[in-house]
Amino acid sequence: MRAWFFSESAYPDAWDKDPVSLRITLPSSHIDRDVAADLLNRHLDEWAMCDDLGLDIMLNEHHSTATCLTSSCTLPLAILARETKKSRLLVLGIPIANRTDPVRVGEEMSYIDLVSRGRVEMGFVKGIPYEIAAANSQPVRMMDRFWEAHDLILKAMSTRDGPFNWEGRYFNYRQVNTWPRPYQEPHPRVWITSGSPSTGIEVARRQHNVATVLSQLNAKNLYHAYRLETARMGLADPGTDRFGYLALVGVGDTQEEGERFVKQVKGYLETTGIVAEPFTNPPGYASQAANVQALKKGQTSGGVGAHFQVTMKNGRQISQATASVAELVDAGVCFAGTPDQVVAQIKTFNDYVGGCGNLLVMLQGGTLNHKDTVKNLTLFSREVLPRIQKLQATATPAMDEIETARRQAAKGNLAAAK
Amino acid sequence: MIGGVATDVIETGKGPPLLFLHGGEGPLAPSDRYLRELGKHFHVIAPWHPGFGPCDIPADFRNVDDIAYFYLDLAGHYDLREAVLCGAAFGGWIAAEIAIRNTQRFKRLVLVDAFGIKVSDRETRDIADVFAMPAAEIISTTYLTPKIAERDTTKLTEAELAEIVRSRDALCYYGWQPYMHNPQLKRWLGRVDIPTLVLWGAEDRIVKPDYGRAYAAAIPDAKFALIAQSGHHPHIEQPDAFARAVTAFAGGV
Repeated sequence: MRAWFFSESAYPDAWDKDPVSLRITLPSSHIDRDVAADLLNRHLDEWAMCDDLGLDIMLNEHHSTATCLTSSCTLPLAILARETKKSRLLVLGIPIANRTDPVRVGEEMSYIDLVSRGRVEMGFVKGIPYEIAAANSQPVRMMDRFWEAHDLILKAMSTRDGPFNWEGRYFNYRQVNTWPRPYQEPHPRVWITSGSPSTGIEVARRQHNVATVLSQLNAKNLYHAYRLETARMGLADPGTDRFGYLALVGVGDTQEEGERFVKQVKGYLETTGIVAEPFTNPPGYASQAANVQALKKGQTSGGVGAHFQVTMKNGRQISQATASVAELVDAGVCFAGTPDQVVAQIKTFNDYVGGCGNLLVMLQGGTLNHKDTVKNLTLFSREVLPRIQKLQATATPAMDEIETARRQAAKGNLAAAK
Repeated sequence: MIGGVATDVIETGKGPPLLFLHGGEGPLAPSDRYLRELGKHFHVIAPWHPGFGPCDIPADFRNVDDIAYFYLDLAGHYDLREAVLCGAAFGGWIAAEIAIRNTQRFKRLVLVDAFGIKVSDRETRDIADVFAMPAAEIISTTYLTPKIAERDTTKLTEAELAEIVRSRDALCYYGWQPYMHNPQLKRWLGRVDIPTLVLWGAEDRIVKPDYGRAYAAAIPDAKFALIAQSGHHPHIEQPDAFARAVTAFAGGV
């Protein structure tokens, strides 16, 4: 298991400025430029520490929001490519259905991959519904646009005998010829986030890494769907390094201190869903079936589906925004306490999902200050990381289904060969 | 199926043909009384736009141009002659796109609180951004008497709910960007070569009467008229006055 340090790079000073929406409609007059300048530099310093601590780095982006100041994950990626020498650098990710120019995405990733000498890991995300308004991006059929952008970016980065032509449904170019080429061949490893097994199957078909966030039940179902599809394709069981999972983490000298850290990081969960109603469910973003079910229940406004809900091991649904630390630990949303406790919690998680090779650890969030963040980072990397690095795939009851699928695929291949 | 496109058409009444192109919610919501009023004077043909209501957006449709050409096919399919072309709100935009292309089968054009053109400067939105409004505010802005549009979605069938969801998605698909207009439409409105009536709800807060006046000013033979005591959908809020205005302008039996 590898561990990737993540912070949402929030601006908590503005969290009390509008109880209705911290996104899209909150004016930037609520930013004190000196506070913001300090914050951005501080977070870059914290990410840069990962090089010496043996941690890898994860970055993301959101738009028009006090919950995340990183408005393009490409920017800190470029900075950290120079400030670090060893850490792997994951963006998770680029909302490629909302980027108007996929070729430019490929150019930027190639450049940074060269500067970092091959340390870039390239995550593509659909993005949360609130990104639609900020990006002014058409939400209907956005996943069709996502996959076309994906195909174009990878072709642009991996073609060595360009230029080539691209006249697709969403993107049109006549001379695609990416200079410079990326360092990694044919392109950096691709990650895609997903909350649902159906997207997991799409990711498995392309054999990219798949990641999910803040629900070990979703992670378990997602990894299983990926493994099953891989078996159906007649391929060997993927290693756990294909799988990623994001959780909030607090490690202290005492249980109280670890829980205090995570409670502050949890400010993220308490604020991330504060957004004006019309932006929570853009037309076409959620499936027709999900929207029909919401209307059937009489819900005519707000987000559809189980946003910010998570299932505990006993099947009970809890709200991530209001649940206790103990409940969130049970659901695998948080790992918190002393190093021993956190190691045990992560082992339990790893067993539950059948093995996960990449833990995306939100060790900073909300109001957790620099001193406490450094302590959280240091304790995690010195006391926890060495004891979870050797965690492997574990057998799950569902493995039989996967083995049966693999045998059937092998039989099918044999029959086809005859 | 017309021209390879799945469609669902409501027909009512007897008399000269009138092709009615609905606004965002479809031809039947929240009330179909206006169709019955028009049906006293016309043979009303009221299709669901491709992608709204019962049918999915055709895989190869991209924008309102496609809907306009589809309706020219439909007009041929019904062999319309001397028909009235009438469109409301989003459907008014489609009607204008049809009229700049080909009016051979139509003798009169009626635009009702129509979208479709850009009037104000780049920093002034002509048409209220329904995708940035809470659901309740869309209704209270659309109607002078919002009670008209109240509905209990728990009492509807899954098929009816799917129609609501499809219509919302389709309106977004065709109207997301540029928002509810074609920047080039006004440039070509001079091509509309049939008498035109631009009807507007006097209290429309989705798209104000002055926008309608600008629409009428861009069409060579166009009259502008207000319908009192009505918001964005005068055919829904004042079906009698609406039908009277259309009949007075376009004939009918």
